Amino acid sequence: MASPVPIVDYLVLDGDPHLVANQCTGCGARYFDRRNSCANAECGGTDFVKVPVATTGEVKAFTIVAFAAPGIPVPFVAALVDCEGTSVRGNLINVDPDPEHVSLGMKVRLAIYGLGADSAGTEAVGFGFEPISN
Amino acid sequence: MPNADAVWILGIHMTKFGKHPDKDVVDLAAEATLGALADAGVKMKDMGVLAAGNLLGGGLGIGQQLQKQVGQTGIPVYNVANACATGATALRTAVMAVKAGECDFGLAVGVEKLAGAGLLAGKDRKADADTWTPQGRYGAVASVDGRIGTETMPGVFAQIGMEYGHRYGGATFELFARIAEKNHAHSTLNPLAAYQKRFTVDEIMSDVMIAYPNTRSMCSANCDGAAAAVVVSGSKLRTLSLEQQRRAIKISASVLTTDPWEEACQVLPNVNTLTRNAATTAYEQAGVGPEDLDLVELHDCFATAELVHYDNLMLCKEGGAVDFFESGATWRDGTTPVNVSGGLESKGHPIAATGIANIWEVCHHLRGEAGDRQIPDAKVGLAHVIGLGSACGVHILEKAAV
Repeated sequence: MASPVPIVDYLVLDGDPHLVANQCTGCGARYFDRRNSCANAECGGTDFVKVPVATTGEVKAFTIVAFAAPGIPVPFVAALVDCEGTSVRGNLINVDPDPEHVSLGMKVRLAIYGLGADSAGTEAVGFGFEPISN
Repeated sequence: MPNADAVWILGIHMTKFGKHPDKDVVDLAAEATLGALADAGVKMKDMGVLAAGNLLGGGLGIGQQLQKQVGQTGIPVYNVANACATGATALRTAVMAVKAGECDFGLAVGVEKLAGAGLLAGKDRKADADTWTPQGRYGAVASVDGRIGTETMPGVFAQIGMEYGHRYGGATFELFARIAEKNHAHSTLNPLAAYQKRFTVDEIMSDVMIAYPNTRSMCSANCDGAAAAVVVSGSKLRTLSLEQQRRAIKISASVLTTDPWEEACQVLPNVNTLTRNAATTAYEQAGVGPEDLDLVELHDCFATAELVHYDNLMLCKEGGAVDFFESGATWRDGTTPVNVSGGLESKGHPIAATGIANIWEVCHHLRGEAGDRQIPDAKVGLAHVIGLGSACGVHILEKAAV
């Protein structure tokens, strides 16, 4: 059976699952998309290296989406997570999607989950962040 | 005598915001244009430039379509698009043409048909592909909206408000609901608002949840509408009638910015820095400060957005937006009335019209023509819009000294 594929190319599944960023070798700016050059106008670098992003972080902002485009299951928690200095967009998972269970400043860690298999039997894997229980 | 170096608003008009099932975008744009020309006391043949915006109409060249109804004079047309800052961009384009000396009169128009548009979200999620195949700049094998965060506008702006709360504290669900309460209360005095109904905080909090903490009545109201403005050079204004000079409104600052690169700005849109940059430049251009403002129309696309812009426009001290709102400052009888029109939450948000409609509101107070909702003795006002992507427009307007 083929190896599982990540939902996006910045999710690495080998070993301990983690995210990688394209880091500008000039100024250290981090990006998750394919780059043409650095958006930091002070830099304008064109060389990037892949760097691992911390797998734990703190919720800087969240929303509990109750209405989304057709086909998207709701409710879900969308969040901005500060992973030790690198901001990451992701859903909060393995937590009840209500304001009693989700809070600003909450400590979370990266977690993965299956998205199902395609016609060739290959599994896709998504990621989110789950609370670190004390 | 009008300042010859400044650019002035000579005439301005907005249609009723709401549902206009019998009118198309050209009808609404024409109504706003003819209204603005009549208000200015000039004709289409006097215009030297036309800047027009319509974001979601689908047709090409709203400016040319409009000309075919109100006057094809052969002047240059700039069809502009800048998300929710489209109207301000159209106005800024006309101002730049006049300021550059290319013409004496310019016309700016923004129009949108949005009634019944529903949620402004990303694309509908289609069934996943037959085989997982990486596509696009993130090498995504499946739709990411709803799997890696949200692309809905209420959700994005909810996070923007919550991020402010995380940094400074005090930004509760109830606080955001009370901001919406204010704007809905203000709209009861605005006959052109899409909605003119006051809600209690309880009603707002128990309304349909869209993206916590934004309930339906904390979101901008989709509606139809148009607004248009005629601008004139100061030197030309001096040759016009005393009545035209008396009602003309000075554009003391006209600024458009985009977001400078910062950590996280490509992860969650940063609507703060570009607004702060625009405001800083605008205050400098106008030679006024936030304390001089008699009223502010700011981009409350969601209740969570209004809070952060108190801070970004420097209406309060940094980090002090919650206390500022709690003080009552932004109610119409407060020290810095904000969104006395009812704002986008209640007046409505026909996207491309918004950046001229907020200027219309400020102009009416400065002219002393705002009727029941007149802010007494208003002399200076500020209008702000932001479009995600991002673009920010800030205009500072002053009453004529004539």
